[in-house]
Amino acid sequence: MKLVTAIIKPFKLDEVREALSAIGVQGITVTEVKGFGRQKGHTELYRGAEYVVDFLPKVKIEAAVKTEMLEPAIEAIEKAANTGKIGDGKIFVFDLERVIRIRTGETDAAAL
Amino acid sequence: MKRFLALILLAAGMAFAGATLAQDKAAPAADTPAATAPAAAAAPAEAPKPAEAKPAPTPNKGDVAWMLTSTALVLMMSVPALALFYGGMVRSKNALSMLMQVFVVFSLVTVLWCIYGYSLAFTEGNAYFGGFDRLFLKGTFDSAKGEFSMAATFSKNTPLYELVFVAFQATFAAITCCLILGAVAERMKFSAVIAFIVLWFTFAYAPVAHMVWFWMGPDAYTSAKVVDEMNGKAGLLWQWGALDFAGGTVVHINAGIAGLVGAYLAGKRIGYGKEALMPHNLTLTMIGAALLWTGWFGFNAGSALEANGIAGLAFMNTYLATACAVLSWILGEALFKGKPSMLGAASGAVAGLVAITPAAGNVGIPGAFVIGTAAGLVCLWGVNGLKKLLRVDDSLDVFGVHAIGGILGALLTGVFNDPSLGGPGFPSNWFEMKPGFESITAQVLTQAKAVGVTVLWSGVVAFVAFKLVDLVIGLRVPEEAEREGLDVTSHGEAAYRM
Repeated sequence: MKLVTAIIKPFKLDEVREALSAIGVQGITVTEVKGFGRQKGHTELYRGAEYVVDFLPKVKIEAAVKTEMLEPAIEAIEKAANTGKIGDGKIFVFDLERVIRIRTGETDAAAL
Repeated sequence: MKRFLALILLAAGMAFAGATLAQDKAAPAADTPAATAPAAAAAPAEAPKPAEAKPAPTPNKGDVAWMLTSTALVLMMSVPALALFYGGMVRSKNALSMLMQVFVVFSLVTVLWCIYGYSLAFTEGNAYFGGFDRLFLKGTFDSAKGEFSMAATFSKNTPLYELVFVAFQATFAAITCCLILGAVAERMKFSAVIAFIVLWFTFAYAPVAHMVWFWMGPDAYTSAKVVDEMNGKAGLLWQWGALDFAGGTVVHINAGIAGLVGAYLAGKRIGYGKEALMPHNLTLTMIGAALLWTGWFGFNAGSALEANGIAGLAFMNTYLATACAVLSWILGEALFKGKPSMLGAASGAVAGLVAITPAAGNVGIPGAFVIGTAAGLVCLWGVNGLKKLLRVDDSLDVFGVHAIGGILGALLTGVFNDPSLGGPGFPSNWFEMKPGFESITAQVLTQAKAVGVTVLWSGVVAFVAFKLVDLVIGLRVPEEAEREGLDVTSHGEAAYRM
């Protein structure tokens, strides 16, 4: 099992969710995050004072998938979140040791 | 802090006791006014004896209704409008403290006004201070006879219930004190704020209001002979002939200077110039600015004290100058900074409102166009170039907007009051009540002198008051508390729960 974490542009969230649902991913967790990468920040001006805003708003999605689902999932996210411009984000993949569904106590693949 | 609170409680207790005593005496005859009012109205019709004196003029009901409405509008300018305008501009960890300071200072000054402030500002005394005739508003309502005392307006035989005037002016005193809070936002101890306001209100607001606005009223000018005598009883700046329709000197310059002094003495906020001290919610600031604009109609048009043409003129000027200032401020931003901003539009509105305040009923429409447009540009410079020159952390630009806008408005009032520039002029002789106007140079000079006195008076009082408070209580919260935010450390609450 793998945990796929992707940082994407906020307005791409719906497209990515649809793409993942379409290939059978059962659930994702979404967090609003801020960060910096190659995409530069911007400046904000309040009356006389100018501030550089380094951290840009992004959305982080996390999806736990069976190993055989990994490649289709990565492909789906990559395709849906791509705009071709700087700041499209990154995908991180981790090994997932255990999964437990709290309601039933099912574990691992059955719990995904 | 505990001793300080105990003192406040003690003072409040005494005030309450005094008030209850007066109430007790008043109680038995409380229902007489209703009985006497119709009788008085009927009297002239049934008894046309030639020897009988003319009945005293009664207030016009339209005037009373308008003044009560105006008073409520000015209250709305402080809570919520000013609180929201300021609250949106501070960081979220200090938002509640900003709301709280405005709310409490407004209440505090209202109480002080009814105890001694009104008396100090609006009763006969010398050219600087009034007297103590109206402590606890004594004498405004005679419960035995069921009679209300009268205050003057700007027309002969047109009185207003004094209590209505007291309430209207109370809101002015209260909002002026609240304005100062923006300059020292995000760092002052709550107890220091309260103590400073008590001192500054007593020794700066009350005397300046007396100097600018106290006079004997038009009905006191019963003959040409008493003109000089009555003029001599008025406040100093009134005697000089300074024009201030709704409080350019009394409210805005007064508060702006006190704010500047406070910002210097309290020192810069931690991280000023290094960290991002950004407004946390410009939506609140826009709502606040918009409510200020609305409430300002009570402030300016209400300052006519009557529901008449001058009130209409003040209303239109207030409306128009503000719109001009919004446009000129954002135009200036777009030209010099690249982008027109919402905070700029809101600041422009306030700058225009401030500048048109002394002018409202004292200039014509051409004056409103020029004063409003100039205010947007000059105050934009006030919060940019001038602020950098001053090297001061005036958190919410109370000086740059209120003092600068107030001074601009006060001076331009001297220009556009000229009837040849569409202004109404002003009665130089209140017995004949003919409007006149000497010359622009002379009037601008008078206005400048009034500005100078206000700057000096407010500056000195604010300096002494801040120093005194610093010695006794200390102006600033500890560094750790400032980093954590005043919401939690001063009030044990947070504006927002995440």
